[in-house]
Amino acid sequence: MQTIAELTAESHDFAGLDARYLELISGCGSTAHFRAGERLFRTGDAAERFYLVRHGRVALELYAASHQPLTIQTLQDGEIAGFSWLFEPYQWMFDARAVADTSAIAFDAVCLRGKCDADHELGYQLMRRFAGIALGRLQATRLQLLDVYGRAG
Amino acid sequence: MAAPADFVPAPFRVVDRRQDTADTWTLELEPRIAFEPGQFTMLSAGGAGEVPISISGDTTGDRLVHTVRAVGLATSAICATEPGRMLSVRGPFGIPWPTDAIEGADVVIVAGGIGLAPLRPAILHVVANAERYGRSLVLYGARSPEQLLYPEQLAEWGAEVIVDTADADWTGRVGVVTKLIDQATFDADNAVAMLCGPEIMMRFAVPALAARGVSPERTYVSLERNMQCGIGQCGHCQLGPTLICRDGPVYRYSDVERWLGVAEL
Repeated sequence: MQTIAELTAESHDFAGLDARYLELISGCGSTAHFRAGERLFRTGDAAERFYLVRHGRVALELYAASHQPLTIQTLQDGEIAGFSWLFEPYQWMFDARAVADTSAIAFDAVCLRGKCDADHELGYQLMRRFAGIALGRLQATRLQLLDVYGRAG
Repeated sequence: MAAPADFVPAPFRVVDRRQDTADTWTLELEPRIAFEPGQFTMLSAGGAGEVPISISGDTTGDRLVHTVRAVGLATSAICATEPGRMLSVRGPFGIPWPTDAIEGADVVIVAGGIGLAPLRPAILHVVANAERYGRSLVLYGARSPEQLLYPEQLAEWGAEVIVDTADADWTGRVGVVTKLIDQATFDADNAVAMLCGPEIMMRFAVPALAARGVSPERTYVSLERNMQCGIGQCGHCQLGPTLICRDGPVYRYSDVERWLGVAEL
């Protein structure tokens, strides 16, 4: 059976992370399982953890009165769900719902923020990786906003 | 040099018409014509103007098949043509996908929106001749689940599909097509990519392919410009030193990369 550290190391987003930092991060992690339809987190709730999806699929969704819920993005094997744990006010801005049975590693945000405060190199390594993920998602969002398939030509 | 016959439209009968999405229709015409995957015809419903439309059917089929999105006068008139009525056809024209030259390679096909239609003959060819190729992948991005073309064939091909936006009842993927490239499995040292879709999509997909080891020299794209004559006479579809109707629409990306980055073109 693989340890949390080994499972975490398999993620592309944590590739190349020093073993001692992997151990530190993994110390805040635990396995989690969600059935299709179950929510990982809800808009407005405290962002107390983030998830590394191991298997399955998670939809980030936006709900608004008089609108059908919209799926903004889906995440699957090896991808991270959750950024709001990193920045105040530590509150989810979207819902995350499993659209297939999903296995993940849940990382405790308070535990991890504490370790980052105590070891800034860990904080830097983690922030670098999350900034890279955020950049990719920003670029993807810009493309989605362009609605390139909706235009003629 | 264009032959006189290339200037003269021939009458073709619409024998079947089906609606693919809210604004897109597939029409089957007779007689069949010999063509290669990636080629196009100049198509017209009399009096409404002539437009270049890629052939979307099987090269071995007994009908000429076009999938057309109704976005203007000419395309709306074509889409509205009922079975039994006639359309005017010139062609086929253009440089095809290099389906013979890439035999033995893994084939990564990346399509966006209506761009799946020009790739469909190549996909059908690769699927029907699977023993001649390595792994073949179809990666398809669309605006929404309702805008997906050929959904049953996508399933048959084992295509990876992603949409820009969806309601919560969609259990497929939501995001951009480059994400499918990032996560696809193929032999980068022996892979060739074929792309068709909005030019913006292709400009993001090419670096994503390059990051996976598929260079612009091994990436082919089908381009679209304002084609008027279809035979390299009028110059409307000029891109840098090339005329897309004559020298394209399929190009090796490295051959046109510098021109695609010029806003004035």
